Amino acid sequence: MKVWIKRNLFRSWWDGVLTVIFGALSLWVIWSILLFVFVTGRWEIVEVNLKLLLVGQFPNDSLWLIQASMIAIAFWMAAALGKAGSIENRANLVPTIWDFVQRFGLVVAVGVILVLLAGDGYAIGIGLSIVAAVALGRLLNWSRQRMSPLRRIPAFLWHLSLLAPPVILIFATLQQSDLKLWGGFLINFYIAIISMVLCFPLGVLLALGRRSKLPIIRLISTTYIELIRGVPLFVLLLLSGVALEFFIPSDISPGSVFRAVTVFTLFMGGYMAEIFRGGLQSVPSGQLEAGNALGLSIPKITFLIMLPQALRNAIPAQIGQFISLFKDTTLAGAALGLLEVLKVSEAMTKQPDFLGLGYIYEALAFVSLLFWVGSYVMSKESQRLEKRLGVGLR
Amino acid sequence: MSPPKGLKSLRFFWRDIRFLKWVFQLFILAITLGLLFLLYSNYVENISKSRIPTGLGFLDNPASFTIPGNDFNQSAPVRAAFVQGFYNTLRVSLVGIVLALLVGTLVGMARLSKNFLVRTVAGAYVEVIRNLPLLVLLTFMNLAVVLQTFPRVENAWKPLDLFIVSNRGVAIPWYQGSTLGIVLLLVAGGVLAWLVGWTRARYSERTGKNGRSVLFASATFALVCLGGWLILGYSWSIPFVDDRGTLGGLRLDPSFVALLVTLVLYTSSHIAEIVRGSILAVPRGQGEAADALALSGPRKMRLVILPQAFRVALPAIGNQSLNLIKNSSLGATISYFELTQIAQISVGNGAPAVPTFTLTLFIYLCISLVTSFIVNVFNRRLALVER
Repeated sequence: MKVWIKRNLFRSWWDGVLTVIFGALSLWVIWSILLFVFVTGRWEIVEVNLKLLLVGQFPNDSLWLIQASMIAIAFWMAAALGKAGSIENRANLVPTIWDFVQRFGLVVAVGVILVLLAGDGYAIGIGLSIVAAVALGRLLNWSRQRMSPLRRIPAFLWHLSLLAPPVILIFATLQQSDLKLWGGFLINFYIAIISMVLCFPLGVLLALGRRSKLPIIRLISTTYIELIRGVPLFVLLLLSGVALEFFIPSDISPGSVFRAVTVFTLFMGGYMAEIFRGGLQSVPSGQLEAGNALGLSIPKITFLIMLPQALRNAIPAQIGQFISLFKDTTLAGAALGLLEVLKVSEAMTKQPDFLGLGYIYEALAFVSLLFWVGSYVMSKESQRLEKRLGVGLR
Repeated sequence: MSPPKGLKSLRFFWRDIRFLKWVFQLFILAITLGLLFLLYSNYVENISKSRIPTGLGFLDNPASFTIPGNDFNQSAPVRAAFVQGFYNTLRVSLVGIVLALLVGTLVGMARLSKNFLVRTVAGAYVEVIRNLPLLVLLTFMNLAVVLQTFPRVENAWKPLDLFIVSNRGVAIPWYQGSTLGIVLLLVAGGVLAWLVGWTRARYSERTGKNGRSVLFASATFALVCLGGWLILGYSWSIPFVDDRGTLGGLRLDPSFVALLVTLVLYTSSHIAEIVRGSILAVPRGQGEAADALALSGPRKMRLVILPQAFRVALPAIGNQSLNLIKNSSLGATISYFELTQIAQISVGNGAPAVPTFTLTLFIYLCISLVTSFIVNVFNRRLALVER
């Protein structure tokens, strides 16, 4: 301990000065944060507006669909992703739990905070059922690794059946209510997910086009990518906010969600293309040659050999791009007036009860917490994945 | 005698791979053009229904809005407003890039410090800022910090009695006199300093002695600037609080301060990661060689590690600078009068939306292309040194 302090805090007198300065600074910051969270923060503004912040004006009688989708998504993630550690002997139990806490403790903490803010039995019920879903999912994952009857199910069938409930529920939610009523964090999340899924094919095609040996195709793809990457997203959103209806047939009347998703998809397409291009470049040229040696046609080499490896190698970068998309969904509120969570948080400080009393700190702190935990956990997970995939190490 | 098998393709040209490639390309081209034409025809059809003017004629109409902090008047054409917006975008971007580079490099180096506290605080800074949406940061900085936490101008904070920080913005000491003279002075100083530095470096190469080229160059620069300052009769103007606001110095609008600080925080957290990665990417042997030559810590950093790290970092840093320029468009959300805000207000005042925003996008595209051209030039110069 003494050696550690000497080595890490007081190597020289200059180091000592730095330690004192930074120590005081960090103590002051931690102290003010604690003071704000537990003493001076007036969290009733978040309590009152919790529903608006999370789901906007989503109709109450369809709320169960969102809750069911959350439980289904949690179950799917627990059951389908990663491998459950073996917890047969007690020696493994503590490291497994510790690992889980390190990875997802923050998410659990946010869940607990939300339940506390909601403060009713119903919210506790939802929280507990999510915990149960995760535990069940993990158990299922573990038993598939262990028990032979479950093991015999083909992988694609297994994953399809696990993925089906959340997807069905999500589509049911989309069917159930008017998109205009959606708002809050829900809309940030949905816009990010939907745009991500939609921009995927566009990105793949553009990446292939940019690497193509055919000059016209390369020119088209390169032009698109460079144009999109050279302009700010915010201006594109503003443009779509006032002018999207000019470019589509006049019988469609676009809502703000439609406008946002269109722009995010087209914009992300250009960025994803560069990521996929990087992924394609990381596939060793021997793979291409092997494909040629087997006499495969160019499309077959591309879709059966190059793309699967490229997409897998690019997973960490894709997660990074998803994080930035997730954060950029806040722009939709400022540009299109969409009632996403940041817009709601600003608006709620202007409610008669809270107007002019400086509630902006509490409002923004809550929004920051949601985004920060989401982005941080995702980026840490992507780093883990990067290590496991061993990208760049081969 | 039948022709060799390979020549068959000559007879059936539609099975020739070269022919097929062109057909495929023309097909894709046709689809793309078709799509563009569809969009365009939709546009023309819809526009003709709504009788909105097209073209860039609106640029000559009077702007009918004012730009704060500036003698731009309402009857000036929209064109002039765009020029002012372009200037404001450049102003916040350039200052932002320089500051972000400085802060980012410091934080990136701090993350590799041997001091536990320094390392942890720098790490926390990066992780906190990087994972927040820029717009949340900007809103926080504008509404919570600048407009709410900064004091009213009567009891403004006055660090060192040189700056005045209040919710009307920040005033800093500034020169008095013509801007052109200062710019010329800086350019002249830069050129002279470069010449002196180059001569010293040549001297050092010839004789093997330490040329101290950096020292000589900075001394020249300082001398030229100081001399010019005195000769041309410039003086400092230090801001002070008047009963209504601040006088003297350079007044920075609250929105400018909020935008600048946000952009610097956000970009520097990204640059810090780049710097850290690039320092780690310098082969270990280089640092060990510097140790073997008994270079001190700072000299090892300055002479051996950083120059090599900079080469790795440059493309990524260029990318971040581009991002900063594009992100400055968010200034529109807090009424900083940069390009996007000008475009938005013009559209609100009746300028046609599509041409206005297309023009804005085009200007941003030009800025981006010029920036990436500059980065590429630097990159090529540095890459030439690489062996």
